[in-house]
Amino acid sequence: MASDSMLSMSQNPKKNKRKNKKSQKTEVRQNRTLWSDASRRLRKNKLAVFGFCWIIFMILLAVSADLWVPYVLGSSTFVDTTTTAVMKNNAPSFQHPFGTDSLGRDELARVIYGARISMSVGVIAVSISVVIGLILGTSAAYFGGVWDSVIMRATDIFMAFPYVLLAIALLAALGPSFINMFIAIGLIGWSTIARVIRGVILQIKENDYVSAARALGASNLRIIVRHILPNSIAPVVVYATMGIGTAVISEAALSFLGLGIQPPTPSWGLMLAEAQQYMLVAPWLVVFPGLAILLTVLSFTLLGDGLRDAMDVKLTD
Amino acid sequence: MLAYIGKRILQFIPVFIGVTLILFFLRAVIPGDPIRMIAGEKAVPEAIYQQIVAQNHLNEPIYVQYGYYVNDLLHGDLGTSYHKHKTVVAIFAEKLPYSARLALCAICIEIVIGIAVGIISAIKKYSFIDALVTVSTAILVSMPAFWLGMILQIFFGIALKDLTGGLLSLPISGAGGPISNYPAWMHYILPSITLASVSLAFAARIMRSQLLEVMNADYIRTARAKGLSKAAVIWKHALKNAMIPVVTFIGIDFGVMLGSAILTETIFNWPGIGSEIVRAIGQRDWPIVMGGVILVVTIVVLINLIVDISYAYFDPRIRYKKKAGD
Repeated sequence: MASDSMLSMSQNPKKNKRKNKKSQKTEVRQNRTLWSDASRRLRKNKLAVFGFCWIIFMILLAVSADLWVPYVLGSSTFVDTTTTAVMKNNAPSFQHPFGTDSLGRDELARVIYGARISMSVGVIAVSISVVIGLILGTSAAYFGGVWDSVIMRATDIFMAFPYVLLAIALLAALGPSFINMFIAIGLIGWSTIARVIRGVILQIKENDYVSAARALGASNLRIIVRHILPNSIAPVVVYATMGIGTAVISEAALSFLGLGIQPPTPSWGLMLAEAQQYMLVAPWLVVFPGLAILLTVLSFTLLGDGLRDAMDVKLTD
Repeated sequence: MLAYIGKRILQFIPVFIGVTLILFFLRAVIPGDPIRMIAGEKAVPEAIYQQIVAQNHLNEPIYVQYGYYVNDLLHGDLGTSYHKHKTVVAIFAEKLPYSARLALCAICIEIVIGIAVGIISAIKKYSFIDALVTVSTAILVSMPAFWLGMILQIFFGIALKDLTGGLLSLPISGAGGPISNYPAWMHYILPSITLASVSLAFAARIMRSQLLEVMNADYIRTARAKGLSKAAVIWKHALKNAMIPVVTFIGIDFGVMLGSAILTETIFNWPGIGSEIVRAIGQRDWPIVMGGVILVVTIVVLINLIVDISYAYFDPRIRYKKKAGD
């Protein structure tokens, strides 16, 4: 049920239902796809709209940073490590709205550049999870039998690792680098997606239109790609959206531990690690990167929740 | 019941093999020669080097090495630290009580606050309190717990001390002991709140949605129709069933907390498993890192197994459902 959602209570579901009925009467002739239907419902969810706007805002900031940050926030202060002692650990001011860090770098500029890392890690790592999860989950559900058991036991194995422990072991062994972090975080998430997809496809597989396609002589690949996947994409979209939030936190955690992004590249997790050393003299350095993580992750969660309600996805493991 | 236990234990075996295979593989690809790592600056004579290689079976094929690795694991041998000249097991035996105690405190906070908050927001559905709970749990789930820990340190460790002129503050580092100015129990407050934060939010959410779901069940309507008060229905009929998934979640969470405590422990300088692993990463002390990971994973898997089995024992529907569906 959509009303199960924890986050949709700001709008009363009863009221919404009535509204839906009314609008259906007036535009009954309109041709509506799953997506137009979902986006119409999504736009009514204020929290999801907030999440969506914040995500777009962060992406725009991250993409356009090079064009204006150095000019607006003072030359190259965010990378320049040889500033004078006066610049170090300055409290937030008009010139440096978020203050400066222990090396005199502008904190706001670093938070904005940090968005690049977080967003790209989130999106790429989750893409890796989705691709692996889709392939393995689909094939497990479609072919069943031994292959299904093998894949399911593999998801058990990956789910046995709590939190970022697998990523920690992986990065400790492979060494910290940008690519290794994508792989490490991507490998954490695939098992959930594979399981969800498998569950959905097991249901879809039984539909008459799949038997019909098979009777018409369609190949396995054609049935999967043309008939099954389009009908099972909604839960993947929901999980991937929420997964990006989780990946952003994982990146922060790994960089915080020194296993992710290496200095001087600005990453929110790394900035928190640096801030911890100066907590007594410069507490604002702790506040802003954390707020950036919080708002970004919250946005992805809210959007994911909204998408779940809008596409009427039932999330069960 | 026995069949169910047997089945769950059988499922545990491939997980164990898979986890050890992954960690064995990772151990194998770590750059650097462990023998020269242990020797440090000193040069190792070729004859002695070959002898150590033979002693540790490093010249055997990789699958034989894996056999020795699993054999060692099953005998509780996780290797020896490069730097501390102590066995990994001995090191973690010292650290485990601290991690376990911290996790226990966090679980208590999670049970009391998480369940209470979940029940209240379910009973007062769509009220202001419910909205507040929803928003705050969403925020708690979205923030990195280690950041919350740092914010708590700033407020209760630093700002509070400044405000009260040093009279009132909470310890922000370590687990107490002779050098600490605070009684030992105070050291637990901030780390356990930090560790509990995310789980607490999840527990509240699950409690709320479960209770709401159960409240829609037919037997609840019957109880209400019989004339029972709403409070009696909730406390005597609804809660019992709604609690089952929450209790399972919290049980599994104990294991997860041992693992996720790695960041909380680092922030608060807590002498537990997590901070030991982080310290070892910094020193490239791989036996401790890999040993710590496998220790935590094993504990988590075993706790999940116990929770699953007791779940099936208390709720017979589970064992039949799983038999039919799996």
